[in-house]
Amino acid sequence: MTDSKRILRIIPDKCTGCMQCELACSWVQTGTFQPARSVIRVNIFDELASYAPYTCFQCNEAWCMTACPVNAIAINPATGAKVVLDEVCVGCALCTIACPFGTVFYNPDTHKAFKCNLCDGDPACAKACPTGAIEWAEAPLGEWVGPWAEQINASYQEALKGGV
Amino acid sequence: MLYGWTGTLLRIDLSTGKVAKEPINEAWARDFLGGRGLGAKYLYEEMDPRIDPLSPDNKLIFATGPLTGTNASCGARYMVITKGPLTGTITTSNSGGHWGPQLKFAGYDLLILEGKAERPCYINIYNDTVELRPAEHVWGKTVSETEDLIREELGVPGYVIACIGPAGERLVKFACIMNDKHRAAGRSGVGAVMGSKNLKAIAVRGTGSVNVADPENFMRSVWGAKKILKENPVTGQGLPTYGTEILVNVINEQGFLPTNNFQMSQMEGAENISGERLHDTRLVANKACFACTIACGRVTKLPDDAAAKYMVTTHARNWKTAGEGPEYENAWAMGADCGIDDLDALIKAGWIANDLGMDPISMGATLAAAMELYEKGVLNDQITGMPLRFGSGAALVAMAEKMGYREGFGNELAEGSKRLCDKYGHPEFFMGVKGQEFPAYDPRGLQGMGIGYATSNRGACHLKAYTVAAEVFGIPKKVEPAATEGKAELTKIFQDATSVVDATGLCLFLTFGITLDDILPEVVYGTGIEYDAASVMQVGERIWNLERLWNQKAGFSGKDDTLPRRILAEPITSGPAKGQVSKFGDMLPEYYRLRGWTPDGQPTASKLIELGLL
Repeated sequence: MTDSKRILRIIPDKCTGCMQCELACSWVQTGTFQPARSVIRVNIFDELASYAPYTCFQCNEAWCMTACPVNAIAINPATGAKVVLDEVCVGCALCTIACPFGTVFYNPDTHKAFKCNLCDGDPACAKACPTGAIEWAEAPLGEWVGPWAEQINASYQEALKGGV
Repeated sequence: MLYGWTGTLLRIDLSTGKVAKEPINEAWARDFLGGRGLGAKYLYEEMDPRIDPLSPDNKLIFATGPLTGTNASCGARYMVITKGPLTGTITTSNSGGHWGPQLKFAGYDLLILEGKAERPCYINIYNDTVELRPAEHVWGKTVSETEDLIREELGVPGYVIACIGPAGERLVKFACIMNDKHRAAGRSGVGAVMGSKNLKAIAVRGTGSVNVADPENFMRSVWGAKKILKENPVTGQGLPTYGTEILVNVINEQGFLPTNNFQMSQMEGAENISGERLHDTRLVANKACFACTIACGRVTKLPDDAAAKYMVTTHARNWKTAGEGPEYENAWAMGADCGIDDLDALIKAGWIANDLGMDPISMGATLAAAMELYEKGVLNDQITGMPLRFGSGAALVAMAEKMGYREGFGNELAEGSKRLCDKYGHPEFFMGVKGQEFPAYDPRGLQGMGIGYATSNRGACHLKAYTVAAEVFGIPKKVEPAATEGKAELTKIFQDATSVVDATGLCLFLTFGITLDDILPEVVYGTGIEYDAASVMQVGERIWNLERLWNQKAGFSGKDDTLPRRILAEPITSGPAKGQVSKFGDMLPEYYRLRGWTPDGQPTASKLIELGLL
């Protein structure tokens, strides 16, 4: 796919690990501050000064959609986001298992799956980030991890050739 | 329904193992907010202030504020309130990181610990589940080892851990409680109180939420305050880039950087330990506490050759090449106050302080006093085991470790500067108030800091009335550092306003950029209680007076509001402030009057009635 859209671009080098993205995300979803309900998560790597926020990639070939037995995950044509339709979801949690990145979650209170829906085109995490580590940016699809994508691709190519 | 507060406190009797969940006293919460205020209220109501701070009778209170765990910028803080073994006063030590918010998410505003466990133990809190677990296997371990081992043992991701290091276990009088490995509830020896209770750590994991009364307006005020912080040159640029260490050059140039145990007030070679030098040579990245927009934390690394220079061989785990710090206070106490301009030695000693769990201010300042005693011939190599000369990085690193483990002469240093100087017959070399060592601002040059140190409720402290803001940076407006006029009033306002910030759960660093006027809407929309500018300042005044009353019951009086002879009689020797001494005696009567206290410093009945304390 080559069409240019707005995507969540994450630049881990700029992240200071403050979790304001998690707070803003949970606020949008629940009206409270509850990082456990956030669909963006920051991984902190102690003493390496490395912090990595990650959330749904909005994959082109979305396995969560493929796995869903009742077609409860749809695409929002305006943003390209894969969204869970609460009224259709039966809470089987297959999507949470199918997602290779662990970015689809299950809410034990509502018995529904939940995931990033790009806040309908105005993502709160990007707004909340004080350092610009999360951008709501124009970019060709598939590049939202920025410089990381190249690195990941390089190690993938290396692995194909039998390296480590 | 309560907003901001969770409404529940957790009480654990370590002697019996009994765990109780109680509703918080809502009237007290309204009157004292949370954190330092609510914690002090519980300590005041529940405990006799005359008890021995290291006995099972002492209570150890961890208190979050109503804004802790919200998206309000820098709403990361919790406070530890207890009777401080260094001072004998009430102490209120503040820490950031992620521990306080996690306690809120688990469902608790306060944690009150009583008694003493029979054997070393740690507390595991996972939402409603609270249990005491044996800690023999981590007793003796450093802070970073303890965190790693407990996290591994509990097995669930997302635990945040507060613990003590070997210093707390050995009741070092200035031991900290550490969380997130490098954040500290630092001063007055709160870690020794935890150690005296045989409590090694408190692991917390919470998946619940913090609710606010008016989410829309709350977020609007949060974003407003955040924008100001981002655009402010100090909180938006200076602190993120250089950390608090940016102050070294500024304070040194003005001649307010106490050097060699306050014998001088400027340091030759200060630029070698400055934030700029740290940034250019040893900084890996900056790091934020929870919900922080500033991110002043310093992650630092030493190249192998520099690390090898100060190799500490006795305890292998202390041999690390990466860690956090130094911050300004840390760099001053271990650097300027000990006459050391070797940044690598400071970094190394700072890591040791973090990993053994010690307050670097009291640690450095106590070593500085020992260095003066040594250079004046009171101490010698037979007593100290090694030369303790001003400027010796080797002495700093070696003694840092010996203090934490109470080995050799470190055992005497671990008692703090006052007890050390008293023991060797030179109480005049103790630079501090009420048993607690001064921080990094010379009160001879900064008259406001003099009155602030002398009247602080937990001994010498820069975090209870940071008049440096006005005297050096012009926040909220510039005042002349050398002037005494108006300083009593300035100090009172700063003390009351700071008490409010400490009670909300926000970080004091916010006030470099925003004022109480910006914080007020967050408190109002967060709690749903209609505080206004006057009533919120009264909360601060109430907290200050309550702490004062507590100290009075513990045996302190106006006589203890004083400064060492050196500060009052030995003038500054160089720089713009040359020739100055603290004229704090000129300001004290005015301060007592403004406080509504008697001429000997006791809160009057009418003041206490006004504040609802009588």
